[in-house]
Amino acid sequence: MSEAAIEVKDYRKTYGDFVAVNGISFDVQGGEIFGLLGPNGAGKTTTLEALEGLRSPDSGSLAVGGIDPAREPRKLRNMIGVQLQSAGLPENITPDEAMKFFCAYHDMSPRFDLLERLGLSEKRKAQFYELSTGQQRRLALALAVAHAPRILFLDEPTAGLDVGTRVELHDLIRELKGGGTTIILATHDMAEAEEMSDRVAILLRGSIVDIGTPLEITATGTGLTKVSVCTQTSSLADAELILPAVEKQTTVNDYTIFFSTDIGPTVSAIIGHIEASGDTLIDLRVERPSLEDRFLEITTAGGAK
Amino acid sequence: MKAFIHHFAFEFRTGIRNKQLLLMNYLFPLGFFLIMGFVMASINPLFREDIVPAMVVFAVLAAAFLGIPDPLVNAREKGIYRSYKINGVPAISILVIPALTTIVHLIIVSTIITASAPLLFDAPLPQNWLWFVLTFLAMAFACTGMAVLIGVVSPNSRMTVLWSQLIFVPSMLLGGLMFPFSMLPEVAGKAAQLLPATQAMNAFNGLAMGKVADFSAWGSGLVLIVSGILAFALAVYLFSWDSRNSSRRGHPLLALLVLLPYVAGILASL
Repeated sequence: MSEAAIEVKDYRKTYGDFVAVNGISFDVQGGEIFGLLGPNGAGKTTTLEALEGLRSPDSGSLAVGGIDPAREPRKLRNMIGVQLQSAGLPENITPDEAMKFFCAYHDMSPRFDLLERLGLSEKRKAQFYELSTGQQRRLALALAVAHAPRILFLDEPTAGLDVGTRVELHDLIRELKGGGTTIILATHDMAEAEEMSDRVAILLRGSIVDIGTPLEITATGTGLTKVSVCTQTSSLADAELILPAVEKQTTVNDYTIFFSTDIGPTVSAIIGHIEASGDTLIDLRVERPSLEDRFLEITTAGGAK
Repeated sequence: MKAFIHHFAFEFRTGIRNKQLLLMNYLFPLGFFLIMGFVMASINPLFREDIVPAMVVFAVLAAAFLGIPDPLVNAREKGIYRSYKINGVPAISILVIPALTTIVHLIIVSTIITASAPLLFDAPLPQNWLWFVLTFLAMAFACTGMAVLIGVVSPNSRMTVLWSQLIFVPSMLLGGLMFPFSMLPEVAGKAAQLLPATQAMNAFNGLAMGKVADFSAWGSGLVLIVSGILAFALAVYLFSWDSRNSSRRGHPLLALLVLLPYVAGILASL
């Protein structure tokens, strides 16, 4: 990680009486993947648009690579790449033409290799409306990264994609990060955010309600760790059994499931009980609360940490 | 310059690839030309004299007012201009390139009409080719400018159709395409002078076709050029990058200023 690639300080934006973003502050370090999460209307898009130079803030300051996006949009355009949620391409343009067109405006040679890399080689002459959703998103990503931007904004990059394409795009995003690109990832997909992001910020009603690494965020929740155990003689399936740190337990098929506040003592006690009963362990799974669980906890409660 | 060429090439190809634009740029004007030539010229033999300028003006009206505004509105609604803005495409290219490519399509269509009308319908050719070409360019400049302006100020496709038809339909009825301007009642004639089609037919008649103009042919040419400049200037001024952008520089009704040269033309002819 290097110095901050993006700095947002007290950014506020209103539309009439509606407060879209209410004085948020955060920064994104160079080479970091930063997830921006939140339900619809939370202020993600308004924040992204301000960083991309599409909106001016009512108050506060923004710096992208040291540049104020609202005041110096021309300096910004070669520094950033943006994959918009809607593809933002004319329906009759072909991938080849789009690549030539956008690269020409960035004053560079077209990167047809990216079309090959993203599996669009057979569709280079097809018109945009003839491409599948996945192909349209891959083209949008190819165009966003064609001029080798230092900072890349991805808005729902894998929405509506099949598993294979999604994995390909994740690999490309990791590769870009490996090359030092700073990536802002706005997504509804919590698994994607948790897997890809170094840090995430959760927005709710225009404010940041939690920010940190996915681990830090899940750790601050009140979620219980789920321990599922399957044994030979189901010795754990005793309703009277009391184990340390277990708040509740249930049985589903052959598994006894414990919800624990402290995983260490609970698992030790489970192993001890199995040995003492002369039972044999077949399977044991531990599931920590996910980012999605924490996100739901925050957004349902509607509050902060 | 390279970016401009790629942008121009793509827009030009779109004018043929896109079925709606292909219809408005080529099929509708050429189809109408054939129908009018075969039907109208047999009903009214005097119509032969006006086939070339009238059908060229019709082609310009169809390609400009029925072809240009809607794609501009749709592109704005679909966020295409946002993507253009992020990638450094200037607003002036977004507005001028569709107009230029439409003019190139119109040159092709007008050449077909002008070359085939004498062969198919025994229509007279222009007597002054230079003024014919210049009048055509002035008309195309004025109409594409006005069409771009409609695309810029229309909030949605429905309003685009309304504004376009407000010019297209009266132009067909009063513009001197179907029957001579001199046959119009005085009040209707003055109203007709607010239309680029009327000014273009008058300029074609007076400057290129060797006929007597109903009012100043030079004045008509001037009105077309000034209104074209005004239309593009207003379009650039009123342009907004997306439909959610509330920071438009002026009220859309400012677009009506494009009619000033026509009003001035009427006042000058009183």
